[in-house]
Amino acid sequence: MLSFLLEKEFKQLLRNKFMPRLIVIMPFAVVALFPMVANFDVKDVDLTVVDNDHSPYARRLIEKVRSSGFFKLQTTAPTYDLALQTVEDLEADVVLVIPKGFERDLTMGRQTGLMVAANSVNGMRGGLSSSYLMGVVADFAAEIAEERLGAGIKQPVEIVPRYQFNPRLSYTYTMVPAILMMVLAMLTGFLPALNIVSEREKGTIEQMNVTPVSRFSLILSKLIPYWVIGFVVLTICFFAAWLFYGMVSTGGYLAIYCFAALFGLAFSGFGLVVSNYASSVQQGMFIMFFFVIVFIFTSGLYTPVSSMPPWLQTASHLSPLRYMVEALRAIFLKGSSLADLGSHLGALAAFAMVFNGWAILSYRKSRG
Amino acid sequence: MAFVRKEFHHIFRDRVTTAILLVLPVILLLLFGYAISTEVRSSKVGVFDASNDEATRYLIEQLQAGGHFMLVERLDNPALIEQRFREGRLAMVVVFGPHFGATLGAGKAPQIELIADGTDPNNAKTLVNYASSILTTSAQQLQGKVEQVAVLEPVVRLLYNPTMKGAYNFVPGVMGMILTLICAMMTSISIAREKEQGTMELLLVSPMNPLLLIVAKTVPYFVLSLVNLATILLLSVFLLGVPIVGSLSTLILFSLIFLFVNLALGLLISSVAGSQMVALLVSGMVLMIPIIMLSGIMFPVENMPAFFRWLSNIVPAKWYIGGIRKVMIMGLDLKSLWLETTVLTGMAVLLITASLKAFKDRLT
Repeated sequence: MLSFLLEKEFKQLLRNKFMPRLIVIMPFAVVALFPMVANFDVKDVDLTVVDNDHSPYARRLIEKVRSSGFFKLQTTAPTYDLALQTVEDLEADVVLVIPKGFERDLTMGRQTGLMVAANSVNGMRGGLSSSYLMGVVADFAAEIAEERLGAGIKQPVEIVPRYQFNPRLSYTYTMVPAILMMVLAMLTGFLPALNIVSEREKGTIEQMNVTPVSRFSLILSKLIPYWVIGFVVLTICFFAAWLFYGMVSTGGYLAIYCFAALFGLAFSGFGLVVSNYASSVQQGMFIMFFFVIVFIFTSGLYTPVSSMPPWLQTASHLSPLRYMVEALRAIFLKGSSLADLGSHLGALAAFAMVFNGWAILSYRKSRG
Repeated sequence: MAFVRKEFHHIFRDRVTTAILLVLPVILLLLFGYAISTEVRSSKVGVFDASNDEATRYLIEQLQAGGHFMLVERLDNPALIEQRFREGRLAMVVVFGPHFGATLGAGKAPQIELIADGTDPNNAKTLVNYASSILTTSAQQLQGKVEQVAVLEPVVRLLYNPTMKGAYNFVPGVMGMILTLICAMMTSISIAREKEQGTMELLLVSPMNPLLLIVAKTVPYFVLSLVNLATILLLSVFLLGVPIVGSLSTLILFSLIFLFVNLALGLLISSVAGSQMVALLVSGMVLMIPIIMLSGIMFPVENMPAFFRWLSNIVPAKWYIGGIRKVMIMGLDLKSLWLETTVLTGMAVLLITASLKAFKDRLT
């Protein structure tokens, strides 16, 4: 019985002109485009300089800032207020003010009154760019001190940073696995739900309901095709990731497929639960959209879970996406094994059972 | 206007969707306000200390004193570091080599390795920065040298958002997203639904001017958006602590223009969409995805390749969100918003003419 249902589902899917194309194109498009956009890096910061000293030291400092690579010297302004204007016009992000008497004060060992103002509407950007600038200034200070005093004021310790798994700290590297999960979630979540609700609106679900087919087989027949599609899409995503970014999974692909299998099951189950309760396509879409948004943002996809307030961190345990994102990143980037991620597997399995069980139980054949 | 009342009834009859439309902004706001944070809170840190002398013990103590780092584990084998990262148990490990104290005392800068899990770049960078400055200062204290190159330390002003709260950046984005969602998407779907169900024909037979009919459809969503706007502003100010630095009337005026843009957009979409599904998909793909990705809600536009930056200029939300940031967070006045206002007004006019024309053609 199930095999016939499956045959019907697959045929309907392939007959639909839109679907097959979506399944193939979307992974490529998303994997190719999203990392280019989803970048929180702080670089190429637009800088306005107010130089009221015009001394050789001032010029050296400006040159040092320019050549540091973090900043783009956009413009110079005669006063701080005019410089602030460039920030308000969004032409510049940071202002550096070199006050009159800078070189004189520096040579005499007095406070120089150097000032840095950074647009901090985006707090991270403001914070990081001002600390970069301070770093350049500190280097400049050490240089000057060494020249003038002979014995430089050396750093007491040598700090050597090393970034494991992602030595160049590339955001693309972090984003790609997360995007894979997002694509998977979108497809496995939305499509089965959409399928059932639109069948209900069209009325064809009534025909299914009057047959002696069991609820279990019916739901399963709706689940399995999208589950399979999930695998197909995931494989295409892997290929796209390799093609565009040369990224290969450090931990191999088998572990990812295992997780994807569980996740697909869990999330389609969730989609089905929603569809059982939604009375129209529009309603279904909205409810799904609502939940997916909440899940995505609390999953640590864009910003780390550790940055969230403690109450939200606890709440994020309820999001299946959180486990998937962590697991996927861990396997892809760090080479974690299934053993390392045992708790994640367990959580996803629990979700799968709960959602699918709920979907089957709440499916009512005779509906008003 | 009986037709407007009818539209309101239509919407409120669908309780679930109405509830979601009113609650969604609240949830989104809370999410963006609290979840999307790039603040680095207490991170789990490990230490591998090959010296275990007074100096290293002091430095480790100082590291924890700031509250940014929680010392979770003292590793006895550096080979375990990678394993701990894989298990996700540690964010960073501080490695002291042997004879640390002696080297420090002799004035030959000993090495401290900071090994951070690079899978989250900004987090890793921030952790390394914090740790470096704490360790350097503490080491200087040990050496008795507290005088620094103080003369060259600049005064740093973090403009508009000195506490670097994430909410300041994201709240305008949420506003843009919600207003687009309600106005454009919902309007287009509701009109498309009438077309699909055939009730459009019935309405057209009435003596009512068809264009007024369409306008009547947009009124409820307009009102709903205003309610949402008010809700968002109230929550932002009182719950998230995001101030409205600029003038409230400028904010509202500016938002009204954006509302018109979206309503026109919704009309346009519904005039070309044959069914609800299409309207939904189009407003979903064509609107929401570019908005989320390109308008600067989450991802800084500055970082994108030139093509995308250029493309983002077509997205109305980009101008709106930029303008709102200027008014709300930066406290600028209407004059500074001239560019954004002109662009949005232009878009509104363009879209309204286009959609009215499209409707006229379809209806006759």
